[in-house]
Amino acid sequence: MAAPKTPITLPDYQQERIGSQIAEGEKIKSARPHALTDAIFNYCPGCTHGIVNRLVAECIDELGIEGKTVGIAPVGCSVMCYDFFNCDMIEAAHGRAPAVATGVKRVHPDNVVFAYQGDGDLASIGTAETVHAATRGEKITVIFINNAIYGMTGGQMAPTSLPNQVTQTSPYGRDVSKVGYPVRIAELLSTLDGVAYVERVTCDSRAHILQAKKAIKKAFQNQIDGVGYSLVEVVATCPTNWGMTPQDAFQWLRDNMLPYYPLGVYKDVTADGFANAAEAALERAKDCPIAQQGRGE
Amino acid sequence: MARIIVDDVHCKGCGLCVSACPKGVLALDQERITPKGYHPAKLVDPEHCIGCSTCFITCPDVAITVVM
Amino acid sequence: MAENARVLMKGNEVLAEAAMRAGCRFFFGYPITPQTELAAYMAKKLPLIGGTFLQAESEIAAINMVYGAAAAGARVMTSSSSPGVSLKGEGVSYMAGADVPGVIVNVERGGPGLGGIQPSQSDYFQATRALGHGDFYMPVLAPSTVQEMADLIYLAFDLADQYRTPAMILADGMIGQMMEPVELPPERDASALPEKPWATTGTKMQREHNVVNSLYLSPEKLEDTNRERFARYAEIRETQQRQELMMCDDAEIVVVAFGAASRIARTAVRDARAKGIKAGLLRPITLWPYPTKAIDQVIENGAKQFLSVELNMGQMVEDVRLAANGRADVSFYGRTGGVLPTPEEVLEQIEKLAAGEAPNASARATVMGSVLPQPIDRKSSYERGE
Repeated sequence: MAAPKTPITLPDYQQERIGSQIAEGEKIKSARPHALTDAIFNYCPGCTHGIVNRLVAECIDELGIEGKTVGIAPVGCSVMCYDFFNCDMIEAAHGRAPAVATGVKRVHPDNVVFAYQGDGDLASIGTAETVHAATRGEKITVIFINNAIYGMTGGQMAPTSLPNQVTQTSPYGRDVSKVGYPVRIAELLSTLDGVAYVERVTCDSRAHILQAKKAIKKAFQNQIDGVGYSLVEVVATCPTNWGMTPQDAFQWLRDNMLPYYPLGVYKDVTADGFANAAEAALERAKDCPIAQQGRGE
Repeated sequence: MARIIVDDVHCKGCGLCVSACPKGVLALDQERITPKGYHPAKLVDPEHCIGCSTCFITCPDVAITVVM
Repeated sequence: MAENARVLMKGNEVLAEAAMRAGCRFFFGYPITPQTELAAYMAKKLPLIGGTFLQAESEIAAINMVYGAAAAGARVMTSSSSPGVSLKGEGVSYMAGADVPGVIVNVERGGPGLGGIQPSQSDYFQATRALGHGDFYMPVLAPSTVQEMADLIYLAFDLADQYRTPAMILADGMIGQMMEPVELPPERDASALPEKPWATTGTKMQREHNVVNSLYLSPEKLEDTNRERFARYAEIRETQQRQELMMCDDAEIVVVAFGAASRIARTAVRDARAKGIKAGLLRPITLWPYPTKAIDQVIENGAKQFLSVELNMGQMVEDVRLAANGRADVSFYGRTGGVLPTPEEVLEQIEKLAAGEAPNASARATVMGSVLPQPIDRKSSYERGE
């Protein structure tokens, strides 16, 4: 049986506003996580960034790591998430969050360091930083929001925009014969030896959001346990720039995004029976003598 | 008895909670406008709220507190 | 290595050794000639003292690792050479905007573009004006000897921490590659390094969260942060100007040169004195802040003419002219592309000035670009039998 949960309480800033409305005898079942500040998200109404921000904060709360967590904010819609989390935060240049996270983690290996990035940030301008932080096996946690568009700048084609998807900079639809194909990050990174865990999740329904939380928590737990680089790709929506209601955006996500970006675990070294990414990498290179030097010492 | 409390400071009236609610007990309150200018979510059928927290889980602005 | 003993070392390696003695435990870099010995030295030594050397995937990643490590409170540095430093510009701008200290070494080579790999000072503008976007400066220190490589990188870490700013060592391939005797600075007591209560080390649930950030969407707030930063810059300008003056007490012609060029100019000034010309040398050690007070002083002492000698097509000469502000004539002599002028070439310019002739076979330069360089003699001084 699981350990008894500590009672859920309101964050201090909601005590007056919300707490005063709670009658005696009423118990709180769900509330804002403490790792979130009272700052109002700058996201558009119905934007799924907010859901994922909350999941990250809940994981920080539940793992009890707020005091040692350092988050890296990207450039893009979540640029101001340094204001949303109660842990220490650094705002990085566009695409450079994994490099900044590397710097922090190397200085304070006992801190929990996460990067929160969108698709333009992680899969376009920051591809090099992403791939190399992953292949170095940096013991960091990366939360990747893939909503197939540049939101902050007003809806331009993203590295993950779907074939024929109309955006501001692909007004006739993404022409793959001219601009190529979307990048499938989870699949790409799962080939790298430094990677311990990659899962693609989404947030269009209760069940999917709960699964997303499980994945994010595992990605943090992996870091705490020193398992290796962990990334969770969240297939998300951008109602504003997709030009849809939040509800229709979820349907479009189910109809178009999920077939192109299948959900699931793409790499999980612990599920494969390894203690960490390094052990899995050694096994994969078992026929390479130089890669085996020092093994078993 | 379960119910929800909506934090008007955070609610942006996107309606995701309304469409996600399995019991259909939520609506956007057309009578009220939040300081940010949105019609906030409201529990309109308290009798049938089961406290499942689906609204909380779906809310992108973490504006909902669920109490029982 | 015993402290206070003089040892023979290469400039690039001295930068690394002195940085470690200044308390630097983190190095992030990318290979490029002619600074690579610095990185190699760090790769060898840092792990032995509990530090981290990491070869980044790019200069851009390296400077952003520096940004992260510095934000986390560490003494940290990166090094590169001209083309690589261009790539670091983005990160340095973010460091300046977020008030994060760190040290950037540029062992300059010729440019623009891929340029060459021989010594140059053609990144003066970049270092003192515009390494990145936005309103900012950073202290720029220019060593002219291997000893100064040690002394100035030691100082750079302190200035960076004191003023919460990136700081740069602007060296060149000549100082980087040469060996000279050096007295290394003592090991800094790690516990005596400045505290950084703003650093992102984790709140430990003991304080409000720290945010290291350069984004301010409110124009007024952004203006406020820039004004605050420029107040710090004003203090740096007031208190941190550094230079060496040689034979400037009665000098009428003052040669201004830094780094490798100053070594050549020094000989030329001595030779001019031997010929009875009242010449002096003003060697800026800080390129930013520019030693304007020293320019004032030599003008007060009677300087009538300045000759800026540089390994470029004329960059620092603009600062000399700004500082002189019409009170003395300013001319320029330089070689570029990795070509070093000989002391005789510089002496010839001094003699022309002394004789009242326009230097450099053209009118005294008052407008950038009006000075045509002399035809470049492709032969080395060795080939010319000099």
